Amino acid sequence: MWDYSDTVKEHFFNPKNARVMETPDAVGDVGSIQCGDALRLTLKVDKETEVIQDAAFQTFGCGSAIASSSVLTEIIKGKTLDEALTVTNQDIANELDGLPPEKMHCSVMGREALQAAVANYRGEVWKDDHEEGALICKCFAVDAVMIEDTVRANNLRTVEDVTNYTKAGGGCTACHEGIEEILSKVLAETGEAFTAKASRQKLHEAKEPVKVPGKGMSNLERIKRIERVIEAVRPQLQRDRGDVTLVDVDGDTVFINLVGACSGCQMASLTVSGIQQQMMEDLGEFIRVVPVSAKTGATA
Amino acid sequence: MSDDVYLDNNATTKVDQAVVDEMLPFFTMQFGNPSSMHSFGNNVGRSLKKARQQVQALLGAEHDSEIIFTACGTEADSTAILSALKAQPERKEIITTVVEHPAVLSLCEYLEKDGYTVHWLKVDAKGRLDLDVYAKLLDERADQIAVVSVMWANNETGTIFPVEKMATMAAESGVMFHTDAVQAVGKIPMMLADTDIDMLSLSGHKLHAPKGVGVLYLRRGTRFRPMMRGGHQERGRRAGTENVASIVGLGKACEMAMKNMEYENTEVRAMRDRLQEGILAAVPHCFATGDVENRLPNTCNIAFEYIEGEAILMLLNKVGIAASSGSACTSGSLEPSHVMMAMGIPYTAAHGTIRFSFSCYNTMAEVERVIAAVPPIVAQLRKLSPYWGEDGPIEDPEKLFAPTYA
Repeated sequence: MWDYSDTVKEHFFNPKNARVMETPDAVGDVGSIQCGDALRLTLKVDKETEVIQDAAFQTFGCGSAIASSSVLTEIIKGKTLDEALTVTNQDIANELDGLPPEKMHCSVMGREALQAAVANYRGEVWKDDHEEGALICKCFAVDAVMIEDTVRANNLRTVEDVTNYTKAGGGCTACHEGIEEILSKVLAETGEAFTAKASRQKLHEAKEPVKVPGKGMSNLERIKRIERVIEAVRPQLQRDRGDVTLVDVDGDTVFINLVGACSGCQMASLTVSGIQQQMMEDLGEFIRVVPVSAKTGATA
Repeated sequence: MSDDVYLDNNATTKVDQAVVDEMLPFFTMQFGNPSSMHSFGNNVGRSLKKARQQVQALLGAEHDSEIIFTACGTEADSTAILSALKAQPERKEIITTVVEHPAVLSLCEYLEKDGYTVHWLKVDAKGRLDLDVYAKLLDERADQIAVVSVMWANNETGTIFPVEKMATMAAESGVMFHTDAVQAVGKIPMMLADTDIDMLSLSGHKLHAPKGVGVLYLRRGTRFRPMMRGGHQERGRRAGTENVASIVGLGKACEMAMKNMEYENTEVRAMRDRLQEGILAAVPHCFATGDVENRLPNTCNIAFEYIEGEAILMLLNKVGIAASSGSACTSGSLEPSHVMMAMGIPYTAAHGTIRFSFSCYNTMAEVERVIAAVPPIVAQLRKLSPYWGEDGPIEDPEKLFAPTYA
């Protein structure tokens, strides 16, 4: 079951302006019975002001198609034709408190019916510029035709390209197989083969390498940094009548000597883990700080 | 919920209380691993054996070792078809039908991309196969065909295919035969031992067992390559620790289905027939789809012209009636059901197909309630439809409703 908002349900169960209008001033027909969606929008328009005085619809379609039609008639009533034309399909969806991605095309149909009706009123021929394909990316509601056209127009090669241009595939990534299929198909038109490898390289490049400050440091630099951390904590310990000195460094293990009030203090382990934390942050690598007595030294 | 009428049993069924009762001890008291060498596991092993025999009895299989428990019907379908290809690598062709469930359909489409050739058997306006075309294919391509996979009964229309006959034809040509019998098992009697069917898939949740358990029937002697390798479970043919509670539940459900078989084919059939007759009499411009003379006793699929299925379902749901539709909108795809399209049902009707599928829990009182509820819903939606005039479809929909694009 679709997760329809209460507003969608309300407009579906009790549609507004669902009727046949006698002698309308404008008629906008879109969709077809083949598509499973068809909408006839009829308007009464004030000749002087071009204000839409009345709007009615008839819809063949699913719950969201009927709800989109209903809410559209409510939105445009009282607007001038020009004002009405600024209504986007997103406005229709917003007014319904959202539509599932698979159902966004229902709101598109509403907007198209409006364009068609205005064109009809003005004696123009309205040309639809939107062909609909199967929904590929459910996160961002991008269909196959949209992806295909974008791939063709921009010479896209990789899934990442497609995501950058259309947003498709930028969410849960479950549709990447579908996007790869479209890429293969379009690239094949020019005799090119889609290689997943190209895609993967791109994806790796896209990832910023994590900066590891400790890496690539000379031993001297490392020990200097370690000393700097020790020096930084000393004043605090000295205030508590304690102190700390560096004994030795062996790989990722740093041996320190806690003296004075620090030595044997119940808080010693907290002090050690605090120093360890600061060293790890400063060096950007794992460090283990081990307290030893000065006499036994590093071999303890 | 308790007042709701559930007529979507081809989608899934309620787990019978007796099945639940049978399962419960296996979550707590009988938690052992059947592979273990102690009494915790031993009892569980015996319960699995019993369940296997209960499934065997319902299918009329010759040996209980021909029953392989899987996680679902889809897994059984995939295992069967992929095994046939793996076991006979020199054979690169498959025969199936255009009206299969996606479990087979999508897999075959995928295999086509992988270089296999799939021969798609078409259906006529009533959803029936042309066996002459099939015979000709077998005659010409027998050496190349790895497997024939044909559903026993269609999930949308209930139409039954002559799989026993088709299996024999395949056997005579030396070709393996698999059937997706997910909708048929428990609704029509079977005696697999007397057929030439090599492999059969079933799913627990279609016959009052829980979701997440299925069976692949594998006739003894059929060449087989497992899809999942690992442990020695299911005699090494389907590795993975057994879903014991569900398997025990499936066993019980099979035993009950066996007992209910006559009820299904008399009482349930009578309810289905009454529903169809009642709706067709009360609603103009609708018709039953599929091979109505030869279909599952529990299924009827009615096409309501000039209105859309999802809208019908939402209004039915509002009055507490659950059914399903082959409309494009219910699935989020752009095309209506592939089964309706394959039968050549016109677009004016294909988007408005509603499937009512019964179980033994339904009652005649519910049927009357649905018969009363449907006509006003259809009328309400037709009133909204630009394809519907005062009291009938507009004369020439294509002309009167002429959008600038289609």
